[in-house]
Amino acid sequence: MIALLRTYLRPYRRALALVVGLLVVQALATLYLPELNGDIIDNGVAKGDTAYILSTGALMLGISLVVVVASIVAVYWGSKTGMAFGRDVRSAIFRTVESFSRAELERFGTASLITRNTNDVQQVQMVVLMGLNMMIIAPILAVGGVVMALRQDVPLAGILVVILPIMAVIVGTLMYRALPMFQAVQRKIDRVNQVTREALSGIRVIRAFVRTRHEEERFDVANRDLTASTLQVNRLFALMIPLLMLVFNLSTVAILWFGSIRVDSGEMPIGNLIAFLQYVMQILMAVMMAVFMFVMVPRAVVSSGRIQEVLRTEPSIGDPATPATPPPGPGALEFRDVEFRYPGAQDAVLRDISLRIEAGRTTAIVGSTGSGKSTLINLIPRFYDVTEGGLSIDGTDVRELRRDDLWARIGLIPQKAFLFSGTIASNLRFGRADATEDELWEALRIAQADGFVRDLADGLDSPVTQGGANLSGGQRQRLAIARALVKRPEIFVFDDSFSALDFKTDSLLRAALAREIAAATVVIVAQRVGTIMGADRIVVLDGGTIVGSGTHHELMASCETYREIVYSQLSEEEAA
Amino acid sequence: MSGPTGGAAGGARRPPPRGFGGGGPFGGPGLPPEKPKDFRGTFGRLARTLRPELGLILIVVVFAIVSVACSAVGPKLLGGATDILFEGVVSQQLPPGVTQQQAVDDLRAAGQTEQADMLASMTLTPGAGVDFTALRNVLLLVATVYLLSSAFSWAQAYIMAGVSQRTVYRMRRDVDDKLSRMPLRYFDSHSRGDTLSRVTNDIDNIANSLQQTMTQLITAVCTIVAVLAMMLWISPLLAVISLLTVPLSIVVTIFVAKRSQIQFAAQWAQTGALNGHVEEMHTGHSIVKAFGRQHEAIERFDLENERLFQASYRAQFLSGTIQPAMGFIANVNYVLICVIGGIQVANGQMSLGDVQAFVQYSRQFAMPITQTASIANVIQSAVASAERVFELLDEAEETPDVAYAGIRRAVAGRVELQDVSFRYLPDVPLIEDLDLVVEPGETVAIVGPTGAGKTTLVNLLMRFYEIDEGAIRIDGIDSRQMSRDELRSTFGMVLQDTWLFHGTIRENIAYGRDDATEEEIVAAAQAAHVDHFVRTLPDGYDTVLDDDATSVSQGEKQLLTIARAFLADRRILILDEATSSVDTRTEVLIQRAMARLMVGRTSFVIAHRLSTIRDAHTILVMDHGRIIEQGTHEALLARRGFYFDLYDSQFAEPLLEAS
Repeated sequence: MIALLRTYLRPYRRALALVVGLLVVQALATLYLPELNGDIIDNGVAKGDTAYILSTGALMLGISLVVVVASIVAVYWGSKTGMAFGRDVRSAIFRTVESFSRAELERFGTASLITRNTNDVQQVQMVVLMGLNMMIIAPILAVGGVVMALRQDVPLAGILVVILPIMAVIVGTLMYRALPMFQAVQRKIDRVNQVTREALSGIRVIRAFVRTRHEEERFDVANRDLTASTLQVNRLFALMIPLLMLVFNLSTVAILWFGSIRVDSGEMPIGNLIAFLQYVMQILMAVMMAVFMFVMVPRAVVSSGRIQEVLRTEPSIGDPATPATPPPGPGALEFRDVEFRYPGAQDAVLRDISLRIEAGRTTAIVGSTGSGKSTLINLIPRFYDVTEGGLSIDGTDVRELRRDDLWARIGLIPQKAFLFSGTIASNLRFGRADATEDELWEALRIAQADGFVRDLADGLDSPVTQGGANLSGGQRQRLAIARALVKRPEIFVFDDSFSALDFKTDSLLRAALAREIAAATVVIVAQRVGTIMGADRIVVLDGGTIVGSGTHHELMASCETYREIVYSQLSEEEAA
Repeated sequence: MSGPTGGAAGGARRPPPRGFGGGGPFGGPGLPPEKPKDFRGTFGRLARTLRPELGLILIVVVFAIVSVACSAVGPKLLGGATDILFEGVVSQQLPPGVTQQQAVDDLRAAGQTEQADMLASMTLTPGAGVDFTALRNVLLLVATVYLLSSAFSWAQAYIMAGVSQRTVYRMRRDVDDKLSRMPLRYFDSHSRGDTLSRVTNDIDNIANSLQQTMTQLITAVCTIVAVLAMMLWISPLLAVISLLTVPLSIVVTIFVAKRSQIQFAAQWAQTGALNGHVEEMHTGHSIVKAFGRQHEAIERFDLENERLFQASYRAQFLSGTIQPAMGFIANVNYVLICVIGGIQVANGQMSLGDVQAFVQYSRQFAMPITQTASIANVIQSAVASAERVFELLDEAEETPDVAYAGIRRAVAGRVELQDVSFRYLPDVPLIEDLDLVVEPGETVAIVGPTGAGKTTLVNLLMRFYEIDEGAIRIDGIDSRQMSRDELRSTFGMVLQDTWLFHGTIRENIAYGRDDATEEEIVAAAQAAHVDHFVRTLPDGYDTVLDDDATSVSQGEKQLLTIARAFLADRRILILDEATSSVDTRTEVLIQRAMARLMVGRTSFVIAHRLSTIRDAHTILVMDHGRIIEQGTHEALLARRGFYFDLYDSQFAEPLLEAS
């Protein structure tokens, strides 16, 4: 946590210095008040000097005014600094995540990254904010209180030597025991979330399998578990405040007793005793304040650990130091002896892949589940990097290009069509912000999406909710295709992008694509034989290697795996 | 379920949640809304949820009163100790042997009227020094009182932790139970994230608030009352002066809170906007990159982030000024007490110990008032969350079931739809007067273009939605005459959307049957051709499936759901595009297994494969949500209608292209 604070508070050194300065002023002024109070008693009350009481009272008021002004200015700069800290950390996390490749993203999980950028930052930010108010002033008050108490009477201050360690032990022990409990609570919240999320996403299956009661029980277990853990922490903390209050209160009793002895023997004036009592209260108040703060610290420590984990992750895929100039075209791809394995995996997903994808032609990739089709395609935009061999675009290795240059040439249509909140037009313009409305309609027409978009009340300006949830799967998929078309890249990559379409739309779409983007390089991964039969070349993958390559007819003659795939979907006369 | 959530629950005493309301993994929707719509109603209802704990709450209140009373008496007693000490000190200054009255008279004679008055109000023996026996007795009493105060305060907090956690436990349980009684219609029309957020974030918010506010509120109120009583007892004059600061404090608090509330609302709204953006950009990470949009994503983030910063620092600053302002008011009060108290002591109208006690009380008095102000904030937020939870609890439920008669196994599987009408929206007719008889073992293929509403029929068969008119009969029994569980237990289902829960593969396959033996599970896996795959995993059938498990592909998940249907062994099957995301080669195997599974079972198949369609006894052709044609393959082809076109385009064209 310290490292995180040091890095992200550095730009605000001046503001911090100002806040600390103001807090010191505030603390000193606050400490001076009991002194004046003692003074009133010794020199005013005890002597019955009303004028003295009044003049000292006026001085006290003036000091109070100093305190309030100092603390309001301090709060202003403290809030600003604390919130700016949060803003900067969030920004750093977001930028880091934007630089991540798929591997890092999957390692953390999207949901976790979101939580880290919001809730975790929030936890740390609150501690910074509180710190800028109380955590700074508490030690000043405590130290100042000790100094002032010593000024009142040195031997009596010995009591502090006993009290302060007792308090430290109490707080320390409770904190030490609470930390693992907090972590347990956090895990159990996760579990409740998980069970609920599953119950919502699987609601049809649960009801179809008559498992509602079972799910309720599962939830109940998680719920009980969370309740028990939270209760444990809360009961532990229920002990803290009464215990500290007891120490605090008993200290005042002890001070009065020992103080009385010293007053009686004439070693200490009574006004000093009363002031001393107030200083000790101030010290203990400061300690209590710090303790309240410390309740937040364990969580913040956990949170900053999670933040640092993200910030310290180097994206495994980055831009080269000296990027090559992007080749002008025409969009040919070549895989040379490519091997790919996921980090830490024993077996390679792809092995010995050597493949030229000709510019301007349609290349289809088929294979069974786990054959590595999607992985192969993910290598092209460098969502993953090859672990052996090389992949080049028009003769330049993709790893030598800036990723922006690489991506500019690829139009990706992912398996899961993801749209962004906005309008249909804003989604279509994702790849090219300056596309005209005519160009958008043209893309929609090719993607077989012009019909339904026209039917919408607002046409191109119809709203799209996040992820495209207000559209059907088929509509999303066609918009995703149109989005890539608007971009007009040299290479189109269809990652099983036709699966949500019915056969009719699928075939119309392919026919339109064949006419309209004839000049582009097309790479298609598909499950349906019908979708790929017409490709210029079909590459058959099995177990991560290429087992066949050629046209439909060539493969029907030569490739057993291909024949199996085809026969699984079509009868023999259809396949012929 | 991914990553730790850092949700808002769990923390013991935490300051009121400011800004990010609860988080949870869903970001955006998880914010406690700013302003409740019906504050009083919801607050009352929230209070009523505490009813089962009423007995304990009363005990808590009693304990709180005892604890506060004890700690309230403390300063007064300590003040007594100070007096004993002060008198001792004064007595030392008087020559021994003179009486107190003589000493007073001497002072008067010397013109020191004020000191004389002060002395007159004391009880002392000149020259005796401090009365340590009396002092010890007082201090022992004070120590005991403080010990009691702490003990009761601990007991009170301990019980309260149980009260609030149990209440929240019940609330979570009620909501979860409610979810299982709500119709699918609700889930299909509401954002999952939002519903989830109500179960988790909002309830967490309530949990924290309950824990925080209940004890604080009780203690604060008791403290105000007790301290006020003590102050009045010691000095009505000073008490009135102190009381003057109360309205001042309230005015200042309201003044600031009104303004900070606006900024807090802006902060929450902005947090939502930022969360939404982050969530969206992370979810669509690959697309953002592939389309070169990360610069725009960052720009937009910076914009939202800056707005959040502006709103939040203003909110923090404004709410942060309450504390110093209260401090100032308290200090003014303190000075006034010192001055006026000092004068009164000098005049002998008050003892020094009382002034000292009064100073302590006035300090104690200021704290609960500030506290109450902040509690009000927390309550606002909790009530807003409670409103969202109650809203969910008030949603319409499914019509009550007839009594559940247990799972039906021995059904023949005859399905009959008679004059069935159904519409999702009252004014958009979908299915009108549908008649269909499916004999045991027959197959119905449902075909139609994308978005034709092929799943509607599934919704009706399973009673996920209720039909408006007509009847659906299973083996001659109206499906509304069965409980939903009973009805559903006659169906086996494989949906396109492969749903597996966080648990082992074994548990997932056995989902439909608790009593399945190991052999049966393995047999089902073999039938679905997933046994081999499972055995290649390091943990085999004990492999734990995760929501975003990358170790199991979509196709393999699909196989597992098929195995699950195999094991459930129901007489009627619903296959909803079940094989569309299984890859082609596995599909051969599945097809065979499916064929075997369908033997002797009545099947409804949302079909994409020609062979399935041709072999079906009845084909239902759907378009725009309606069944427009119905019949056998040959009969429909002969009609040369919609089906003919569909068949032609779907299955003929690719063949032509390829050849």
